[in-house]
Amino acid sequence: MTTTTPASKAPTEPPVRRRIPKLSINLRQYGIVAALAVIVILFQILTDGRLLLPGNVNNLIQQNAYVLILAIGMVIVIIAGHIDLSVGSVVAMVGAVAAISMNNWGLPWWGAVIVSLLVGAVVGAWQGYWVAFVGIPAFIVTLAGMLIFRGLTLVLLTGGTISGLPAEFTAIGAGWLPSYLGELGGRDVLTLALGILTAVALIVFQLRTRATLSRLDLPREPAASMWTKNGIAAIAIVWFAWLLSDYSGTPIILIVLAALILIYNFVLNRTVFGRHVYAMGGNLFAAVMSGVKTKWVNFYIFVNMGVLAGLAGVVSTARAGGAVASAGQNYELDAIAAVFIGGAAVQGGVGTVVGAVVGGLVMGVLNMGLSILSVDAAWQMTIKGLVLLLAVAFDIFNKRRAGGR
Amino acid sequence: MEHSIILRMNNIVKDFNGVKALDGVSLEVTRGQVHGICGENGAGKSTLMKVLSGVYPVGSFDGSIEFEDHEVAYKTINDSEHDGIVIIHQELALSPYLSIAENIFLGNENATRGVIDWNKTNREAALLLARVGLDENPATKILELGVGKQQLVEIAKALSKRVKLLILDEPTAALNDEDSTHLLGLIDHLRTQGITCIIISHKLKEIKRIADTVTVIRDGRTIETIDMNGPDATEAHIIRAMVGRDLNNLFPPRDPAIGAEVLRVENWTVHHPVDVARKVVDGASFTVNAGEIVGFAGLMGAGRTELAMSLFGHSYGTNISGTVFKDGTEIQMRTVGEAIEHGFAYATEDRKRYGLNLIGDITVNVSAAALAKLAKYGVIDRHREYKVADSYRQKMNIKAPSVGSITGKLSGGNQQKVVLSKWIFSGPDVLILDEPTRGIDVGAKYEIYGIINELAAQGKAVIVISSELPELIGICDRIYAISEGKLTGEVAKADASQETLMHYMTAGKD
Repeated sequence: MTTTTPASKAPTEPPVRRRIPKLSINLRQYGIVAALAVIVILFQILTDGRLLLPGNVNNLIQQNAYVLILAIGMVIVIIAGHIDLSVGSVVAMVGAVAAISMNNWGLPWWGAVIVSLLVGAVVGAWQGYWVAFVGIPAFIVTLAGMLIFRGLTLVLLTGGTISGLPAEFTAIGAGWLPSYLGELGGRDVLTLALGILTAVALIVFQLRTRATLSRLDLPREPAASMWTKNGIAAIAIVWFAWLLSDYSGTPIILIVLAALILIYNFVLNRTVFGRHVYAMGGNLFAAVMSGVKTKWVNFYIFVNMGVLAGLAGVVSTARAGGAVASAGQNYELDAIAAVFIGGAAVQGGVGTVVGAVVGGLVMGVLNMGLSILSVDAAWQMTIKGLVLLLAVAFDIFNKRRAGGR
Repeated sequence: MEHSIILRMNNIVKDFNGVKALDGVSLEVTRGQVHGICGENGAGKSTLMKVLSGVYPVGSFDGSIEFEDHEVAYKTINDSEHDGIVIIHQELALSPYLSIAENIFLGNENATRGVIDWNKTNREAALLLARVGLDENPATKILELGVGKQQLVEIAKALSKRVKLLILDEPTAALNDEDSTHLLGLIDHLRTQGITCIIISHKLKEIKRIADTVTVIRDGRTIETIDMNGPDATEAHIIRAMVGRDLNNLFPPRDPAIGAEVLRVENWTVHHPVDVARKVVDGASFTVNAGEIVGFAGLMGAGRTELAMSLFGHSYGTNISGTVFKDGTEIQMRTVGEAIEHGFAYATEDRKRYGLNLIGDITVNVSAAALAKLAKYGVIDRHREYKVADSYRQKMNIKAPSVGSITGKLSGGNQQKVVLSKWIFSGPDVLILDEPTRGIDVGAKYEIYGIINELAAQGKAVIVISSELPELIGICDRIYAISEGKLTGEVAKADASQETLMHYMTAGKD
């Protein structure tokens, strides 16, 4: 029997159109980093160099740690196609529980941290149950949670505040690593060492990945682009350490943040769980029909968000030095804004941990720069709102251009 | 009736970033005729229609368009609709929660100073529905209608705009035979009323039945315009023009080597998830052997997809009863995960909705159903994942520059190959393929059939569900007919004809 395979000459689609999506994804990722750089330079000029004074760089980290932690949890929630409006209230409630556990129950600081994370996990499990197993949209569940946990905070604190927390506890939010290695010309040696070590580790890791890719004959990024990117990153890290070493050294919370970024970046990119999150956000039905246990994935996403909100509660309470009922107000909005500025898609399926963290830093630098310039709080809010809108508009514009229509 | 030219498109060139999607297409449509446009996917048919209707505004393409003897320059769809050119897309664009009447007059409301005259709206809607032969209350919500009826609402909507040239893009792709026949009848009827119609379709039988003239487009060029009353009006001739060569056989050859029984389903009954009393599948019993391709033929709504989905991890229905034996042992599949573990794979009918992560690349889609194979302690070996995806890209001839290509940008045939890769990689023993060639052009269909044959040759049990009877007869060893949830017949390949199957498929219907 004679047969022809007509497919061999089936119409070829325009190759140029196909290449664009990849390019635009890169553009999006670098776009946000570039935006951060532009904002930093802009405020550095506007504030006559005060933005990057060592003390301010230190505060940038300590003041914004909560939003970065929340943004890491939130980006996972948003990739999966949900939202969490309750995290601000959870932060307040966990802070109250932490303070009570130390001042009233006499728990040591580490006991309070464990209790806080557990409370966060229970809150997450509660919300995850309603979202995943009952099927109520997360918007509703967490809107209810926002009220419930704010209310419970008021009940716990009976309207007052709890202060006078142990120094070990407040150090989590407002302390630094001790100067184990001493000082050199007034600079903390440990901080410098950590900075250099991190930069070296980054380069070594990149080279090893490249070697593996080459050994397996897999496509690699051009060497020039790799060196430029990582070279700039390494220099930025060392410079950052240089600034911090001139102040009080390495903030404890910076170590926590670094660990979280590494862990969650790994979870989203390399694990089955992370892949399932992206798959559900990309097409929930297809994920179900591919055997993804979507209910359990949803449940764990919210448990995780709860634990991170608990941690953010510890950090912000530690930094404030006490628990107040009004703590954590609007934190959910800061975290959600950070995630969207960081390139996540409202429909889900798209987003990265690094993007969310950079998005959080953009907001942080804006806050700090505007404060240094003594811009009125009302205008600060207005400007932040506009930045969020422009960031997402830029993203949509980019996507439309990439779509070619 | 005068036989003047209503539409002339002259030498249309449209390029996307330097790649020519249309490269000098010319088209002449005679007033009052049905004009078919044929071509493989990606040949430029839809692009041509978008140029015509103003989706691509004047200036974004070269060439000229004359409508009713005037050169036109449409900047938006509204401009072309104003002249009476209405396009009905493959994906219907109705608002599900609005009523039929509201949809018909959406954007064109019968209103005075912004206040809608509902009596007039409903009265006119009823008249339009009568014209398209749809017996429904104009107040019925769209979501209560099937696809076939929705299609008719779209046409009623077009009629409300005093359409002169109606363009239908793959109008019957999602319709069953009954609805298709009705639709073709309606087009016939509109022709007698002087409405000119352009119909884009893969289904050459339909084209042959309905069209007065056919223009074939390939690689962005007009290849041939065929008078369907002339001597060249054969399917073979059209296919040759479409693919640029003879297609001697629509189905690749195969020597079946049928082995032992792999799957046996006994007395499978499934109830409707909402209307619990209704049996969607009623006591179905069947077997599939190793290396065998078994077809399921049924009209839309007969319960084919429901049978497959309920088997595949109870993905559909409630109160499911019956037993499933695999290799002689009874098994339970209550979740999709369990079904996959038992070696089942189900490539869904609607690949965009249920089959693919369209914003994901080829790699993540290929690995989606069998990530466990690529992971250790929950960590994915991404290098291996890439290699696996790339090997499928080559093996299945998926046309994409790399496995990093986003699946949403691929053509239908290539998307289907990604879906098949995903399920083949999961290493199944039983593959259920639901409408594996829907919306796919002739060339890619042939390739998909080749893949199906290859799977059977590897000793897998393959079930193919299809609305296209010639396809089932062409590739299957045995065909079950299903009607109203019951298996009404079993036909071996040698005895299979469209008439026999249709007889069983309509069994029990009044």
